[in-house]
Amino acid sequence: MELLPLHLLPIGCTSRVKRINAHGALRRRLMDLGLIIDTEVKAIRRSLSGDPTLYEIRGTMIALRCEEASKILVERSVL
Amino acid sequence: MGLTGQSTGLATIRRISRIQGQSSTDIVVALAGNPNTGKSTVFNSLTGLKQHTGNWPGKTVTNACGWYGHNGRNFVLVDLPGTYSLMANSPEEEVARDFICFGDPHATVVVVDATCMERNLNLVFQILEITPRVVVCVNLMDEAYRKGIQVDLKRLSDILGIPVVGTSALKGRGLDRLKEAVWEVVCDKVKPHPVKIEYDDAVEEALGLLEPQIKALMAGRDCNISSRWLALRILEGDQVIIKVLKQYAEMDILASAELMQKVSEAWDMLAGRGINADQLRDRLISTLIRKAEEISREVVRCRETLYNRLDYKIDDVLTSKVWGIPIMLALLGIIFWITIEAANYPSQVLSAVFFYLEQKLIELFTAFNAPAWLSGLLVEGMYRTMAWVVSVMLPPMAIFFPLFTLLEDLGYLPRVAFNLDNFFKKACAHGKQALTMCMGFGCNAAGVIACRIIDSPRERLIAIITNNYVPCNGRFPTLIALSTIFIAAGATGAFKSIVATLTVLGIIVLGVLITLIVSKILSKTILRGLPSSFVLELPPYRKPQVGKILVRSLLDRTLFVLGRAVTVAAPAGLIIWSMANIFIADMNLLDYAANFLDPFARLIGLDGYILMAFILGLPANEIVIPIVIMSYMSTGVMMELDSLDALRELLVNNGWTWLTAVCTMLFSINHFPCGTTLLTIRKETRSMKWTAISFLVPIATGIIVCFIVAQLVRILGLV
Repeated sequence: MELLPLHLLPIGCTSRVKRINAHGALRRRLMDLGLIIDTEVKAIRRSLSGDPTLYEIRGTMIALRCEEASKILVERSVL
Repeated sequence: MGLTGQSTGLATIRRISRIQGQSSTDIVVALAGNPNTGKSTVFNSLTGLKQHTGNWPGKTVTNACGWYGHNGRNFVLVDLPGTYSLMANSPEEEVARDFICFGDPHATVVVVDATCMERNLNLVFQILEITPRVVVCVNLMDEAYRKGIQVDLKRLSDILGIPVVGTSALKGRGLDRLKEAVWEVVCDKVKPHPVKIEYDDAVEEALGLLEPQIKALMAGRDCNISSRWLALRILEGDQVIIKVLKQYAEMDILASAELMQKVSEAWDMLAGRGINADQLRDRLISTLIRKAEEISREVVRCRETLYNRLDYKIDDVLTSKVWGIPIMLALLGIIFWITIEAANYPSQVLSAVFFYLEQKLIELFTAFNAPAWLSGLLVEGMYRTMAWVVSVMLPPMAIFFPLFTLLEDLGYLPRVAFNLDNFFKKACAHGKQALTMCMGFGCNAAGVIACRIIDSPRERLIAIITNNYVPCNGRFPTLIALSTIFIAAGATGAFKSIVATLTVLGIIVLGVLITLIVSKILSKTILRGLPSSFVLELPPYRKPQVGKILVRSLLDRTLFVLGRAVTVAAPAGLIIWSMANIFIADMNLLDYAANFLDPFARLIGLDGYILMAFILGLPANEIVIPIVIMSYMSTGVMMELDSLDALRELLVNNGWTWLTAVCTMLFSINHFPCGTTLLTIRKETRSMKWTAISFLVPIATGIIVCFIVAQLVRILGLV
């Protein structure tokens, strides 16, 4: 399956998390927010200066910077 | 339950955090929940104004306690910090977990958001693993209804095996039922049978190895933590829990050879199945989240409504490329305008009252035949300085903080952080620093406390050290007065106030630029390290509790800051009066000091008296200009002039040019933080080093900036 870093997911698209490349506290924090394998994520909007990006994760709105989002890999096939 | 805790050390965390009822029969209830679930609304609605706030011992995490009565018993409600998890990733999570484990609450209420049950259930499970005495409070039921979300509370209660109560805390609905449910759990009327979270076979097998040993270790101890939960943490290799177990429950896991033996057996077994420590942690958390997903699918029914899209629509405007920043500036502008305009009148009233009292005090001193120096020292020195600080500081803060809290409760502030984060990221800082800076406009001490919202230690320190570059309420009057009389002097009528406003705005923009530059320099030098993780939740917009905001922001922020200000202003009053009134030959100490500083002060575009005023104004920036006036007029007491024209005349007669005014304004935003702020920084950072750096960095900037400006202007011959 082809993977795509989350920060490259176009606005308005929904995909599924397939891998998380973060470690330690950041990995834990992302998972506590509900980001585990197969979680649906939708890219909602970018900030006015292009970063961070707002994502809908399990019914909540979470903004992630591209540094963090790039560590989350989602399915490319949705594109 | 039924233990006193005295002999076991179990009650330590309760005792050291001063969470105790008036009597031993009081019932202690912990209040946990995710951020943005309306947890504090539940807390406020249950306890009203019977609250006490402080800090958790050894942590800069706010600790709020409140009281309510039910069925003739007194309940102590402990408001734990809002967290997504209890895995002790942050001081907030550590505090929440330690209290649930070792604070020995009679029950724990977990507040969850009815509009996003799935995310919230994770925390419910984590708490249920520790203790069965839990009541789930599904809050924001009204909002869920508007959004077309239905939660089957009965079904949820059946699945979880514990009481579940639906509430709309803002409207006060469901709170009586919540109190009753807590009561029933506390007096064992309801026996909770919490759902057991089953992990996969490998994990369960490992737990099976550890649990009997842990049970044996816990036998005979007054420890209410579930042995299964403890086994999970030890299996994960959680170092923090091992430490706190020793601290609060006098249980030394590492000393038990049998247990350690089983731990390594369990790890070997897991490794044999290809599960390393990271994968184990992933499996544990994934199990909880899948379970949450499964349960929420069963109890939550959703239907699309128009209301649901309203937040998107509002965000389309408030975070748009075109409108995002103008709207933010306009909102801030309106808040400042209201603060400055509305503070005038109460300030005048207060100062009239204080002045009247001063007269009476002097009469009293005269009646007792007190020597002139004593009444001077105590009344004109100490009393007047204190009165000055209170009358100038109190009204703007009492107006600014509630307005700011209003924006906070509406949910607008996270949007500001979202809009501005990229600029702060480029300066290696956190988007939430935008919020702590805004708070700094009200009072830098409050701004420094607000830095708690930044969860990464490095970005938090940056925000604390640079907070002083935004001018607080105490410096605004100086900026406004000087720009009106020197910069806008040429203009007339309405144009004059526009020029003055633009000048003040320019100074603020400069302060923001300096903040970003200094943040970048700090993170590349003394605070070097990787940027922290950035995770920001944008909660739905919500109607704020206006009445509660007024009271709480007045009590929590205004009076707190004021109290600290008065404690520094009083001794400073003594020093200022002494310096102005102790004469050697025919000069007072202030003149000597000013003469000594003069050559240096001239280099940076000031004069000795101005620099001396900044130094003596350490307790509060409000008194800088009054000290300048006192020095020039040699009155020996701080004073204000009736009109700006009189002030202009006095300053010009003492050699002020527009350059002096510009340098004074620049120095005003670039000098050491006031005494109150320094005290607060000391408290928040728990370090003299960071306090010293917070003192030195701005003053160094000020000297450099003023030196460059003064020398450039002089070389170019502009004055």
